[in-house]
Amino acid sequence: MYVAVKGGERAIENAHRLLADERRGDRTLPSITLEQIAGQLSLAVDRVMAEGSLFDRDLAALAVKQARGDLIEAIFLIRAYRTTLPRFGATHPIETAAMRVRRRISATFKDLPGGQLLGPTFDYTHRLLDPDLAGDPDLPAPALRPELPTAMPRVTDLLGNEGLIEADPAETGEPVGDLTREPLSFPADRDLRLQGLARGDEGYLLALAYSTQRGYGRTHPFVGEIRMGEVEVEIDVPELGFSVVIGRITVTECQMVNQFKGSAKAPPAFTRGYGLAFGHQERKAMSMALVDRSLRAGELGEDRTAPAQDEEFVLSHCDNVQSTGFVEHLKLPHYVDFQAELDLVRRMRTEVAEKREAAE
Amino acid sequence: MNALPPTAATVAHDTPAYNFAYLDEQTKRMIRRAILKGIAIPGYQVPFASREMPMPYGWGTGGVQVTAAVLGPDDVLKVIDQGADDTTNAVAIRGFFRKTAGVRTTTHTAEATVIQTRHRIPEAPLAEHQILVYQVPIPEPLRFLEPRETETRTMHALEEYGLMHVKLYEDIARHGHIATTYAYPVKVDGRYIMDPSPTPKFDNPKMHRSKALQLFGAGREKRIYAIPPHTDVVSLDFEDHPFKVQTFAQPCALCAAEGVYLDEVLLDDKGGRMFVCSDTDNCEERRAAGHRGALAGDDISRKDRS
Repeated sequence: MYVAVKGGERAIENAHRLLADERRGDRTLPSITLEQIAGQLSLAVDRVMAEGSLFDRDLAALAVKQARGDLIEAIFLIRAYRTTLPRFGATHPIETAAMRVRRRISATFKDLPGGQLLGPTFDYTHRLLDPDLAGDPDLPAPALRPELPTAMPRVTDLLGNEGLIEADPAETGEPVGDLTREPLSFPADRDLRLQGLARGDEGYLLALAYSTQRGYGRTHPFVGEIRMGEVEVEIDVPELGFSVVIGRITVTECQMVNQFKGSAKAPPAFTRGYGLAFGHQERKAMSMALVDRSLRAGELGEDRTAPAQDEEFVLSHCDNVQSTGFVEHLKLPHYVDFQAELDLVRRMRTEVAEKREAAE
Repeated sequence: MNALPPTAATVAHDTPAYNFAYLDEQTKRMIRRAILKGIAIPGYQVPFASREMPMPYGWGTGGVQVTAAVLGPDDVLKVIDQGADDTTNAVAIRGFFRKTAGVRTTTHTAEATVIQTRHRIPEAPLAEHQILVYQVPIPEPLRFLEPRETETRTMHALEEYGLMHVKLYEDIARHGHIATTYAYPVKVDGRYIMDPSPTPKFDNPKMHRSKALQLFGAGREKRIYAIPPHTDVVSLDFEDHPFKVQTFAQPCALCAAEGVYLDEVLLDDKGGRMFVCSDTDNCEERRAAGHRGALAGDDISRKDRS
């Protein structure tokens, strides 16, 4: 009667073969290329790079393809690869004021040095499905400035000149923390918090950010500025004795400007929430900036009452590779523990029935 | 030092060469330091810089990292899940180490030098030369009483375990007995309250003064803890409500073993069911030695062993 669940090895192998087949889809159609994914699904690739914490478009495109478009699975693939890479140093802080800006908008000033530069944005598009895109329609060439602007002052610097906004914290020269090398402990410093948020799940941060707007830890935010473009990455080379530029990466930066009524120690001034993400990811950068500001509640002497202000809650649950692993592990067999519970429930039901009979 | 990260093309076409047992030596050293600290402070949860592994968090990444750190080329590895060697995740983890470490693997408990497990402790007593590595989902025994890590660490530091005793007492007040059947809390070496990982409480007595070294790895929660050999491990209870393990009304239907943990297998939709050993190796060895349960037809048991 009893057939044990044998042949697990073969079953797994067959399941993986079937998966590969489904990933490939209709074999009469050409396989999608990494260039197509990196070029035409570029925002998916950006998200995988950001939450995978690895700036490499080719590998991210490969991960998206291998994961059949499941971005959390793709992020997991990148993370598992990233963790095997040697770490040979930290770069200088990137200088976003010297960005080759492709998009820059401010919601706090109508015009400002450097101007508003819309760049490639979904904003103001009418969300109407475009049947032409089912094919490959001819597109007019974009109208571009001959030269991308560089060295555009940040709104926060302009406000800072008047002392209206808190100053950027001074560089301490201490090494920046890395939660992938040291286990996170609480309370966590802002460098680790920002690292956690930068790797954090976009949807989770979006929901938390949204909750602050609806009153769960309100921060009165304004978008001081969002900018997106290429920045240079510089690293010290000990053998040379000076730093060299090793490449350029695309980042999106969001500086939120938030009200602050002042405290016994500090006069009223605007405060900052900061968001930065690889690639073009405004939703992520904005959400991150809102949550960063919320997490500063303690430091600024505000009441900590809402989930978005609770660093242990926010940081312990923002990593989607961890979250998905633990949620999905419920698929694994649990029948030993279930057996123990089954036995207990049966026993307790019998006890209740006996008591009832005795009472009758 | 590697020169440049590989491009998509080289990743697609070259099989990357990984270090013995996957993890690099630096990482293994870091994990071994955490293990040594854990052994020095039995039952204390040591934070460690858990790495991202090529399998999901919650699927044994902690156990896999501990195994990778203690495994040597001469070791013989056994991996079980729910007591069985052939459950899918056990198969996957065994395959991982066969591939990345090339070590010999076995299903025989006595033959293994390192046993990685999820949810069970083998029925056969372990020996001095063996290491038992547990996969741990939530290492903190106080977590469901107090969700904050900052709080629970303080509670451990102050040995402030009243909350746990109140919980167990409330069980007795409400149900007449302690209604915890797995992950039943233990006190290690008279000091730290420890979560034995979600093993059934049936297995708790096996941890007490075990001759084998017991290591616990929680990857997602980034904690390692340990029970050195011959250490006292006491399940929490009260004088008038002493700790008791589960008992089964019938022996294993295949090998007739008594006093072992059994799985219930549903046979039909009319309430037909049978109870068989959860520890598959123990069951097979007993059948090989000629023990026969009520439902052990000769042909089936031969098929089982194939």
